[in-house]
Amino acid sequence: MSAGYSSVRTPPTAQIASTHHGLAAERVSWDIDGRLILDDVSVLAPPGAVTGLLGPNGSGKSTLLRVLAGVQQAGQAASPSGPAAQPAPGPATTFDGADLRALPRRERARVLALVEQDAGTDLPLSVLDAVLLGRIPHRSLLAGDSDADRAAARTALVAAGAQELADREVGTLSGGERQRVHMARALAQQPRLILLDEPTNHLDIAAQLHAMRVLRDLAADGVTVVAALHDLNLAASTCDHLVLLDGGQVVAAGPVGEVLVPAVLEPVYGVRVDVLTHPRTGRPVLSFERS
Amino acid sequence: MKPAIRGSTLPSCGSSLSRPWLALPVAALVLVVSVGVAVTIGPADLALSEVGRSVATHLGFGGALGLEPLSALRDGMVWQLRMPRILTAAAVGAGLAVCGAVMQSLTRNPLADPYLLGLSSGASLGAVLVLLAGVPLLLPVAAFVGAVGALALALSLAGALGTITPTRTVLAGLAISQLCAAAVSFVIFWSAKGDAFREVLSWLMGSVASATWTSVAIAGGAVLVLGTLLALTGSVLDAFTFGDTAAAALGVPVNRARWILLIGVALLTGALVSQSGSIGFVGLILPHAVRLFTGARHRLLLPLSALAGASFLVWADTLARTVFEPRELPVGIVTAAIGAPVFAFLLWRGNHR
Repeated sequence: MSAGYSSVRTPPTAQIASTHHGLAAERVSWDIDGRLILDDVSVLAPPGAVTGLLGPNGSGKSTLLRVLAGVQQAGQAASPSGPAAQPAPGPATTFDGADLRALPRRERARVLALVEQDAGTDLPLSVLDAVLLGRIPHRSLLAGDSDADRAAARTALVAAGAQELADREVGTLSGGERQRVHMARALAQQPRLILLDEPTNHLDIAAQLHAMRVLRDLAADGVTVVAALHDLNLAASTCDHLVLLDGGQVVAAGPVGEVLVPAVLEPVYGVRVDVLTHPRTGRPVLSFERS
Repeated sequence: MKPAIRGSTLPSCGSSLSRPWLALPVAALVLVVSVGVAVTIGPADLALSEVGRSVATHLGFGGALGLEPLSALRDGMVWQLRMPRILTAAAVGAGLAVCGAVMQSLTRNPLADPYLLGLSSGASLGAVLVLLAGVPLLLPVAAFVGAVGALALALSLAGALGTITPTRTVLAGLAISQLCAAAVSFVIFWSAKGDAFREVLSWLMGSVASATWTSVAIAGGAVLVLGTLLALTGSVLDAFTFGDTAAAALGVPVNRARWILLIGVALLTGALVSQSGSIGFVGLILPHAVRLFTGARHRLLLPLSALAGASFLVWADTLARTVFEPRELPVGIVTAAIGAPVFAFLLWRGNHR
C-alpha cells in the first residue's frame, strides 16, 4: 500500500467487496514508457455524493480519471512499494458491483460519462448538436436522433443550465459556457457515474460555483460524481469525500474534514496551511502561506 | 449514394437550414440536370431532348416511349464520348468529397483530403507502375496499394516528427505527395514515347478525357459501394468531434474505427484515381462548403457532400474541356484555380481563431 505520510489509510484492497455501491477502483497502476504515473491506487466513491480528486500538478489525477473511464487501459505495473513477490489480484474497477472494464464499450458509455478538460472542435457545431453526441451510446449506429434523444438532450441542457445556449455555435462560446455544454453532453449520456477533469479550470468564480452546483444537483439525484479539482477551497465547500494523490499514490482519502488538515496537506503541497471554519456553512476554509 | 434515410420531417436542430433533409433531393436534382446539360455542351451542339432520347434508347425505354433514335453519329457523341466522361467526373467528384469529409473528421484536421495527404499521388504512382508493367486489369488494385502506402508513410512521418498535429500531417503529406509525383513523372519519362508530358499531366493534375464506360463502372461502382458504406458511419464520425478520448468515452473503439475508415478511404481513392489521376481540392473544399449548410454532423454531411462534389466536378470538367476549345485543360487546373483560394482562406481562418 501507499507508504509515506498517510494520516488516513487507503482501505485494504481485499476488503473492497464487489457488493460496494458506487465506484470502487482497486490497485490501479499505470505507466508511460516505464515511468509510473499511477502506483497501486485504490479509490472509493459512493453514490449520491461528490468525491473530489485532489493533488498537485502531475500527481496523476487526469490519468486516474482516464483509466477509470476506460479510455486508457490500466496496466498492472510491478509496484515498487507493493508486495512484489505476492501475486496481486488483478486490478479491478467496479461500479455498483459490476466490473467496468468487462462491460462492452457502448454499455459502459451508458453507465459512465467523462468530461474532459478543454475539449474543443474547429468544426461548426451547434450546442444542441454537440449535446446530442451524448446520445450515441444509446442508439444504433445507423439511426438518427429520435424524439427521445432530443428530449434527453433538452433535459441535459436544462440540468447543466445551458438551455439558452442551444442554438449557439460551440466555437463562439465563452469558457464557462463551453464547460456547461460539455457537462450537458455528459448528462445526455444519462450516466450513473460521471467523471470530470477539472470542471472549473479557467472559469470565473460565478461559473465555478455554477459548475459545482450542477455537480451537487447530480449527486442529489443519486449519481456518483468524481471530480478532479485544483482549488482546495472549492473542494472544501462542495465535496463530500476527498482523495488526495501525490506522485501517483493515494496519500489520504476520506471525509473532507479528515483530508483537509495541515498535517496531510503541508507535505504534499509544500506550503503552510491554516484551516479555518466558515462562519455560515461550518465547512473548512483554507489559507496558504509559503513555508 | 443515398443511404436509407428516415425521419425526413426532422426539425432544424440548430443547423442553418430549416428543413435540412430537403437539401438531399434538391442536390440530387441539381446533379441530374447538371449531367444532362453538361452533355449538350461541346464542339457540336446537342439539344437536351436529344440527350434524353439517346439515354432512353440505350436504357431500353426508347420504344416504349415512342422515341426516335438519334443518328449514329450524334448518338455516339452522347453515349460513347460525353456521357462516360461526365458520369466518371460525377463519380470521382462524389467519391473525393466523401473521402475528404471522412478524413477531416477522423484526423480532426480541417486541411485533410486525399490529395494533400498524398493518397492521390500514391495511387497515381501505383497506377502508372502497373500500366508500365502492362497489366491494366490490376490498375485499381495497384492504385489502392499506392494510396495505402502513401497514407501510411505520411502518418508515420507525421508521427516521427512528434505528436500528430494537423500542421505536421499536412507537411508530411506534402512531402510524400511530392515524392510520389516526382516518381510518377520519372517513370513516365523513363518509358517516354512521343508526348509523355500529356500523360504526366493527366496523372498529376487529373483528367477524365479518356474515360470509357469501364471507367464509369469502376469509379461509379466504388462510389456506390464504398461511398455508401462510408456515408453510413456518420454516428462514428460524429463521436470523433471532440477528439479520440471523447469518442472512446462514447463507446467507440477508436483505433479500430480509425483504421477501418482510413482503409475504406484509401480503397475508394485508389479506385477513383486509377480512372481520373489525382484531382486536387475537391475533397478539401466541398465538405467545408456543405458544412456551412448542414453543420458538422455527418448523417446529412456525407451524402450531401457526395452529391455536391459530383455536380462540382461535372462543371469543373465541362469548363476544362470548353474554355480554351479546342485545347483541353487537365481538370485539376480548374479545381486548383477554385480550390487554392479556398484553401488559403481556411489557413487564414485557422490562424485567426
